[in-house]
Parts: sequence; structure tokens; C-alpha cells
Amino acid sequence: MPTLTAPTTTEPFLAHLGRVPAGPAWLTEIRQRGLARYRQLGLPTIRDEEWRYTRIDAIARGSFEPAPAKPASIAGGAKALDPHDLGLTGPRLVFVNGRFSPELSRIGQLPKGVAVGGLGAAIAVNHSIVREHLGQYLDISHDAFGALNLAFLEDGGFVHVPADVKLDQPVHLLYVSTPGSKAGVCHPHNLVVIEAGAKATVVEDYLSLGEDTNFSNAVTELVVGDEADVEHYLIERESERSLNVSTLRIQQGKSSKFASHSVLMGGQLVRNNVHPVLAGQGAWSLLNGLYLVTGQAHVDNHMRVEHVAAHCDSRQFYRGILSDQASSIFSGRIKVHRGAQKTDAKQNSSNLLLSDDAQANTKPQLEIYADDVKCTHGATVGQLDPEGMFYLQSRGIDAVTARGLLIRAFAGESLDRMGHEALRAELEKRFLERLPLGDA
Amino acid sequence: MSLLEIRNLHAKVEGREILRGLDLTINPGEVHSIMGPNGSGKSTLAGVLTGREAYEVTDGQILFQGQDIGDLSPDERAVAGIFLAFQYPVEIPGVSTTQFLKAAVNAHRKARGQKDIDAVEFLKLVRDKMKMLQMKDDLLKRAVNEGFSGGEKKRHEIFQMALLEPKLAVLDETDSGLDIDALRIVSEGVNALRDGKRSFLVITHYQRLLNYIVPDFVHVLVNGRIVKSGPKDLALELEAKGYGWLEQEIGEPIASA
Ligand SMILES: Nc1ncnc2c1ncn2[C@@H]1O[C@H](COP(=O)(O)OP(=O)(O)OP(=O)(O)O)[C@@H](O)[C@H]1O
Ligand SMILES: [Mg+2]
Repeated sequence: MPTLTAPTTTEPFLAHLGRVPAGPAWLTEIRQRGLARYRQLGLPTIRDEEWRYTRIDAIARGSFEPAPAKPASIAGGAKALDPHDLGLTGPRLVFVNGRFSPELSRIGQLPKGVAVGGLGAAIAVNHSIVREHLGQYLDISHDAFGALNLAFLEDGGFVHVPADVKLDQPVHLLYVSTPGSKAGVCHPHNLVVIEAGAKATVVEDYLSLGEDTNFSNAVTELVVGDEADVEHYLIERESERSLNVSTLRIQQGKSSKFASHSVLMGGQLVRNNVHPVLAGQGAWSLLNGLYLVTGQAHVDNHMRVEHVAAHCDSRQFYRGILSDQASSIFSGRIKVHRGAQKTDAKQNSSNLLLSDDAQANTKPQLEIYADDVKCTHGATVGQLDPEGMFYLQSRGIDAVTARGLLIRAFAGESLDRMGHEALRAELEKRFLERLPLGDA
Repeated sequence: MSLLEIRNLHAKVEGREILRGLDLTINPGEVHSIMGPNGSGKSTLAGVLTGREAYEVTDGQILFQGQDIGDLSPDERAVAGIFLAFQYPVEIPGVSTTQFLKAAVNAHRKARGQKDIDAVEFLKLVRDKMKMLQMKDDLLKRAVNEGFSGGEKKRHEIFQMALLEPKLAVLDETDSGLDIDALRIVSEGVNALRDGKRSFLVITHYQRLLNYIVPDFVHVLVNGRIVKSGPKDLALELEAKGYGWLEQEIGEPIASA
């Protein structure tokens, strides 16, 4: 039921998104829950504390067309993806406009008991892991986009690694949007369950073929079992007109180790929600981010780190490079629940402004309900050091190369934290290629 | 043709005139020394020569090998053959010294129409020059100047000079911060590069350096002008008498920082 306070955009926006799909009763329950919540909340505005620095007009005003039920083929087939290849040789699930495409995907040999595939297919067979975990972690109480994701949930990546199994190769979830007459919208939902003592790396990657606008409203629910070791990469490299809202919700067991690496270098409006809940003692969580914002784009990194169990460590390190009239907000909320003693939570946000008109905001928020904790935060905003530039140039290094060296040095701190060496090198290369270095 | 000819140079920093009509000519192979009180404009001259942005040239000319270099960027001046050993070398976190040196060497090669140096050749070149200056290898792995001791920084400057083989090297107080042994090693490094064609402009406060690097001429820079020039013995005289006695000669009070 629409409430009296819901904004007037609520229903018209919903009408763009098509019909809430039909399915098994257990899934209908999840979808209806999402739909009802969305109708209560409506789309956020800058009056909403969680959205104060980010206008979503480009989404709210957007005229979208839901992606067709069958995955579209892409012009040129799998070959068209070659230039975007990240050199990963493990399983690759390709989604075209949010739909799993078996033709473009490869699974390969997997260790015994490991499941990697489309979530739609896993839903169709009522997979027990899916039924146990799907929609159980995402907090939609104040999250309209998360609610919409549940309402329209149909497909995404599904990864299940049983206890003590080590998956050597990263699982690549490649989301491709194709050019179309109307802007596409999709709601990918990834479910990744890594059981106790297991090890895995998941790469969630958004790419557009062409320069069109499209809107991805994604959610990943990631369960990291006790003593499991998981790395997640989010790569945003869509067209400069793309809209991307994603939420990564991590549920961490005891003594688990988790690292999130966000590499954001595309899109017009990007909201990156990362929400780990350190629910088991001794868990360790790293939220590492590197973003490049150019033109008039806006990137919103929205961290919410919840320390529920005692003796957990969390680290947030975000670094941004902004040029032109670009803007960003890093908001890092750390909530230490009652009983989460000996919490050690650190947060740092650094930004490099390449133009006078670029703007980077940082908003730390600490909510602490335990007494024996260590929480620190810091933020810096700076420009390329003119002394450093002069020193490099005085050795014959031209201005473009010198800027490249200094920016790369700034980004290096983020890149160095990434565990998968080959992937890091590839991401570094692609990131540096996109840097606006100006003229000599 | 002279290597460097500075004519009636006037330069401002933040609206204040620091260089006030400076003339200086350096021929190939010559070593010139500049001495002068704190704040007299020695580093400003070095900065103007190398194209530092903060300095605004308001009058006069700098000719290098007969060409006016006023419009050249710092990197263009560097590849043309002007090198500055900084009074205060800059720390550049996150850029490894190896990466930096390779970029510098390749920039010079590019200007000469050569292709990038290959890894083996580069390593050999770097090793040779490091040995000459008795530097520790591990500096290469560290970020440029980051956490280097004062002496290591200065040695690193001369090492870069040896690597880039400029036509004109400006050494801005390279001796300050060096211990007695290091002063000798660095001076030997400089002297090794004196080949009769390469020229040096040595800025210093202390005559002692000039015992090692023996200059052909000594100039006194006061209030933004060269007020006295002479043979190397002038340095001894300054060491003994200070700068005050020159006030009479130049007819104005000497400003000092
Ligand atoms: N970037 C700058 N901004 C403001 N003032 C400057 C700047 N650079 C130099 N100056 C001023 O110009 C004057 C000359 O400085 P300079 O560094 O050239 O002196 P110096 O002769 O090298 O002195 P020292 O012997 O102490 O190194 C000083 O008064 C100094 O404060
Ligand atoms: Mg000086």
C-alpha cells in the first residue's frame, strides 16, 4: 500500500520496471516483501540522510525498459568481449542485460561439490542453498533500491563452495549491457555462499557495449563461513551515461577473512554500498576502494560496517581521483554493537583533485555501543604536488608522464592491497588508461 | 659560443623582485661558483634557470647554447642539458626510485631520438654510477628520496647528474648536510664529470667545497645581483671577511634572510 508520505515518483517509477515476476511461493514472498517496502519508502531524495550528497534525478527521471526475459545475443558473439577480457581463466558467467547467457559463459572443471551458475536456474530447481540464504541478509528497511532488487529478482550469479574447498581461480560474473533504443534496467542478484574453511574469489564486473544509458540495480549477498577466506572485486567500467547502484552485503562467520575491492572507473552515477556484518568473533574485513570520476559523473561510496561480535578488525581504505566537474562522497559508517568488545576499526578516505571544479566529500560516522574499542578515521583531499611535478620535470620527464607517475603512485596504495596479482596488474593497466592526463 | 649567457635578468616571486639585473656568462668546461648571503637569490636563480613555475621573469634573457630558453618547460630545459641538484630534494611517495630514474633516462633518450633503454643496460648503468658515489643499492627500491637521510638525498642528486650527463649542472648547496667523507666522495663524483666541455654552477656558502671542486670563477650574489667576481681566491677572502665589507662597494645595505 502506498503511504501518504511516499514521494509522487514512487508509482510512476515502478511502472517503468515492468511486472513483478511470478514464481514459487517462497520467492513470491521475498518479492512481495521487496515491493511492499519500496512502496513505503519511495525513491530516496537528498533530504534522506543516507543520500544527502547524491541526487538520483538521472534515475528517477529515467525512462527505462525492462530487459527481455531471454538474454539478448550480443553483436559479434563472444568475440565482442575479447577486448574487455581481464585475463581470468576460471569460470566466467556472462549476463546480458542482467540475464544469464549460457552461450557466452564457461564453467569449466570445478572441484567436487562446487556450484557455479545462473541464479535463475538454481531457483528453478529450488536449490536448497538458495532457499536457505536468498534474501536473508540484505537489509531493505531503509533501502528502496535493495527493495526493488528483491521485488524484481530473477537472475544473477550463484556460487556455492562447500566447506574446506579452495577455489583457485576467481569466478568472474560479467554483466554486459547492450545498446538499445531505450535505456535498459536490470536487477541482478548474486548469491555467493562460501562455507566454513573454504576459499574463493568473486569478480563482479559491469561493462557496457556502446555508449547508451542503462541502469543496473544490483545486489550481492555473500556469506563467508567460519574461517573462510573470500575476496570480492567490484569493477564498474560502464559507459559514461550508465547508472549503477549496487549493494554488497557480507555476512562473516568467526575468524573469517574477507576483502572487498571496488574499482570504479565508469558510469554517470554510481552508488556503491558495502555492508559487512562481522557476526563471528575474530573476523577480519577489508573494504578497499579506488575510484576515478571524470566529466560530470558522481560516485557515492557508502560503507556500513557492523561489528556484532567481539575481537573483530575492519579496515576501510578508499582513494578517489576526480577531474573536471566530477564529484564524490565517501561515507563510512562504523557501528559497534553492544558486546563487540576489542573491536578495531579503521577508516581512511583520500582524494586527489585534478581540477578546481571537482569536489570530494567525506563523511565518517561512528556509532559505538561497546566500551573497549579502537576506532579511528581520517580523510585527506589534495592536488598533485607541484614540488613533485617540478622535480620530475626537472629530470626531463614531460608533464603528462609526470602526472601519470604521481597519480599512479596515489592509486598504487589501493592496488597493492589486491590479492590476485594478475587481476591487479590488469586492473591497474585499465585504470591508468582511463586517467585524464591533460596536455604536456 | 658561450654555453650559458644570462643578460640583465629580473625575476619576481609572489610579486617581489628577487633577481634585479643579473648578468652571468659561462663557457663550456668552466666551473663557476656563486656565494652570497641567505636570501640573496641564489636558489631563485637556479629555479629560474630550470623553469620553476613560481618565478616570473620580468626582464632580461637566458640564452643556452645561443637559444633563448624563456619559453621552455622544465622538462624541455632538462633534455636540452640543464640539470639542477636541488638544495632541498623533493620526496615523492609511491614512485620507486628505479621507476623514476628509468623515466628520466628514457626522457633524455627520447629527446635524442633513441628508443627506451633495455633493462640490462639500465641496471648496469645504474650500478656503475652508484658504485662511483658509493651508494647503497636498496635506495633503488625505495620511493624517491622518501626517508633518505640528508646526505643520501644530496648524493642521490649527484648520482642523477652522473646518470643524465647534462651540459650544465647547477649544484645548489650540495655540500650542506654532507659529512666529511661524503663531501669528498660527492666532489670526486663531480670532478669525474669535468671533461673540459661540461660546465658547472656551484652554489655554496663554504669555501671548503671549493677546495675539492676548484672553480674557475667565484661570483658574489647580493640583493639579486652579482656584485663581485674574481678567481677562486675570492672565496677565501669571503670566508675570512664575510659579506659586510661589500656594502661600501655596492653602495646599498645588504639584505639577508
Ligand atoms: N616560492 C617562494 N615564495 C615566496 N618567497 C620566495 C619563494 N622562493 C624564494 N622566495 C624568497 O626569495 C628570496 C630569495 O630566496 P632564495 O631561496 O633564492 O635565497 P638563497 O640565496 O638561495 O638563500 P639560502 O642561502 O638561504 O639558500 C628569499 O627572501 C625567499 O624568501
Ligand atoms: Mg638557496
